[in-house]
Amino acid sequence: MSILGGGIFKGMGVTLRNFVGSYFRKERLTTNDYSWRPENKLPQSIGDYPKEEGEQLSDTTTVNHYSRNFPMLLHDTGEPMDTIRCVACRICERECPPQCIYIEKSTEKKEDADGKPQFYPAKFDIDVSVCMSCQICVEVCPFDAIVMNSQFELSTPDRFGGLLVRRDDLLKSNDYYHKIHPQEAASRDQKMADEKAAKEAKKKAAAEKVKAAAEAKAAAAEAANESKKDTE
Amino acid sequence: MTLAAPNYELLHQEGLETSLLEISMGPHHPSTHGVFRMDVKLDGETVVDLKPVFGYLHRNHEKLAENMTYLSSMPFTDRLDYFNSMTNNWAYALAAEKLIEVEVPERAEYLRVIMAELTRLVNHVTLVGFFMNDLGALGTPLMYAFREREKILDLFEQASGARMMCNYFRFGGLRNDVPEGWLDRTREVVDRFPAFLDEYERLLCENEIILSRTQGVGNLSRELAVNAGITGPMLRASGVNYDLRKVDAYGIYDRFKFRVPYTDGDTGDCYDRFMIRMLEMRESVAILKQALADIPEGDIIGKVSKVFKPKPAEVYGRIEGPKGELGFYLIADGTTKPYRYRVRPPSLINLTVLRDMCLGGQIADAVIILGSIDIVLGEVDR
Amino acid sequence: MSELSHESLLNEFPEALWDEAAGAVILPAVNARTIAEWLLASGWDYCSNVTGVDYLEAEVKEKITNDAGETETVTRTEPGRIDVVYHLYSMANKTGPLIIKQRTGREGATVKSLTPVWRSCDLQEREVYDLFGVDFKGHPDQRRILMWDEFEGHPMRRDYTEPFDYEWEPTPHAEILEKHQRGKVIV
Repeated sequence: MSILGGGIFKGMGVTLRNFVGSYFRKERLTTNDYSWRPENKLPQSIGDYPKEEGEQLSDTTTVNHYSRNFPMLLHDTGEPMDTIRCVACRICERECPPQCIYIEKSTEKKEDADGKPQFYPAKFDIDVSVCMSCQICVEVCPFDAIVMNSQFELSTPDRFGGLLVRRDDLLKSNDYYHKIHPQEAASRDQKMADEKAAKEAKKKAAAEKVKAAAEAKAAAAEAANESKKDTE
Repeated sequence: MTLAAPNYELLHQEGLETSLLEISMGPHHPSTHGVFRMDVKLDGETVVDLKPVFGYLHRNHEKLAENMTYLSSMPFTDRLDYFNSMTNNWAYALAAEKLIEVEVPERAEYLRVIMAELTRLVNHVTLVGFFMNDLGALGTPLMYAFREREKILDLFEQASGARMMCNYFRFGGLRNDVPEGWLDRTREVVDRFPAFLDEYERLLCENEIILSRTQGVGNLSRELAVNAGITGPMLRASGVNYDLRKVDAYGIYDRFKFRVPYTDGDTGDCYDRFMIRMLEMRESVAILKQALADIPEGDIIGKVSKVFKPKPAEVYGRIEGPKGELGFYLIADGTTKPYRYRVRPPSLINLTVLRDMCLGGQIADAVIILGSIDIVLGEVDR
Repeated sequence: MSELSHESLLNEFPEALWDEAAGAVILPAVNARTIAEWLLASGWDYCSNVTGVDYLEAEVKEKITNDAGETETVTRTEPGRIDVVYHLYSMANKTGPLIIKQRTGREGATVKSLTPVWRSCDLQEREVYDLFGVDFKGHPDQRRILMWDEFEGHPMRRDYTEPFDYEWEPTPHAEILEKHQRGKVIV
């Protein structure tokens, strides 16, 4: 330290550099630059917010690839309840850390998208006032039935009912999922297709095994018959 | 500093009545970094007694975790020290991985180190900003600190989907791989960081006001620091070379070349604690550069089922968090839920010596001493 | 300096028990403080973690070999207890941990405070006192730490039941919570 107050002047120099520099270089600004975000995905002005009750912002409010807000239920192409993927196994309900999921299993089975009779959720409620967007339900779901939505304009004047999202409001199509999380949806579809193929291959192998066993049995029986004939 | 007792008799002779002043600083005092209270007894402006009072944010995190599965309490660890959710996740994952014995893939280990060191940068840069705020340098240093922090939080958001409640680590690895181009963006941020640190040091480290306010204030001797279980930068500022990244070498820290800054004296004051953090940030940048240079491709998570039942065992996993040793003590009893789940919070234990450091000092110094300890009430109260 | 391991502790104080399953040394109630001072003097300078563990009374089935040489399953009742666990490390030698435990009954739980030996136990023992209701004999400032002073009960005990929530209000979440409390969801 040469002169008293030298350190202070040095510091002042830094502030001056930042002040002047902020006119020329964006990274000197203390306010942040969000240019990496996809364009026009966030509401730009007050007019972009929904005006009427129930009206939603555009479908694609994805902020970035991994952004997670509240869960939604997926269904395949077709009528939502005919192609719902959820089979009400209630793993997500058990694993949900803040316990915001409420499921009631149906009493009878119904055909799912593949035509296989399955249970379905008679009730599937998510209390979004409790949900903490942790994505644990998505990870534990063995049927890829629940994924994260990116819809965040959920304000409601009704404190009690309005924040409890029911099954039919939670149901979204796979196409919608592809729109909001393209990469994730593609990889999930790929994974499901792989699993299905593996299952079918296994089934086929099992069937062939059964067939082979039956053939072998038949052959053995025939051989036995023939030997019987021989002894006769 | 020794406290000279005022001569009360003399004061009475002169017709002046005097008594000790009891002040409850907090829980809404702006300098206490949250809902924290200091019951201070003052003689004039000199601190005669000080009692930390907390628990306003207590939610019994441990009991909550004992009533849910191992995976379910992972997002709750984010809320302990909400500046450093990544390192909280890591400490918990490290303890649980001891229970289930799963191998973490190479790429995940590298990403864990990258995330932890970025978290350290976030924490230290925020702490220094708030520390200056406590000193009265309102605004400017904090704004510059937050500008840099924001860049790292953007990286977190791109990788994990959330800026602060990342919930990114899983037993045996990480939840998802980082998106395309993330590593390049991180390299950019890391490469620019030393220039910011240079500038920040020019702004603060020689400032005469800061020097006179912090040097010799809040002295903590080495013996007391060790005996009181102080950890992290605060311990190293008192002259103990103890960093779990070197001692335990958990994860893959033994592969990186970095130094552990610590003072050579027997005591540490507020300035030492501030400088140790500035130096630690440079070492974090060094680790980040090495990790980003040789991160391999590969899997992101080992083979582990989402719901598991570990064999009965007791484990204690600890890491060097930005605030100190963050430990998780788990007792498994063969069910899906931990029988006992305990967090060893560095913020809480570092508060042990708050009274010792403040006694005899000025009331204004108590504020900066608390600021230099670096507490987060989410972790103190749990 | 003696070797930093549990064996040297057990050699010095044969009355201490070694719990193989937990990897911990159980200190006898009588001279816990003396042992702690010896440990500090022999190099365990850093007490990292202090916590309590509550075990309810449980029925344990175990196989034993009786006098006739046959194995039979015997059910015995394990009395409830509270363990206070200390994790010790050595900063000077960079080794550890050594886990020591103090064991006490659930009713009128009392152990020796180790705060005079390691200052780091101060706030943590207060926390154990607050949440588990263990009385630390010799603690310099034993008060509630996280709960407020008027609070009754010890929340971390396993048989603790929540009092009536006077702030309760009907939310749609109530039915979910109720279902969870009935134990239908939690496995």
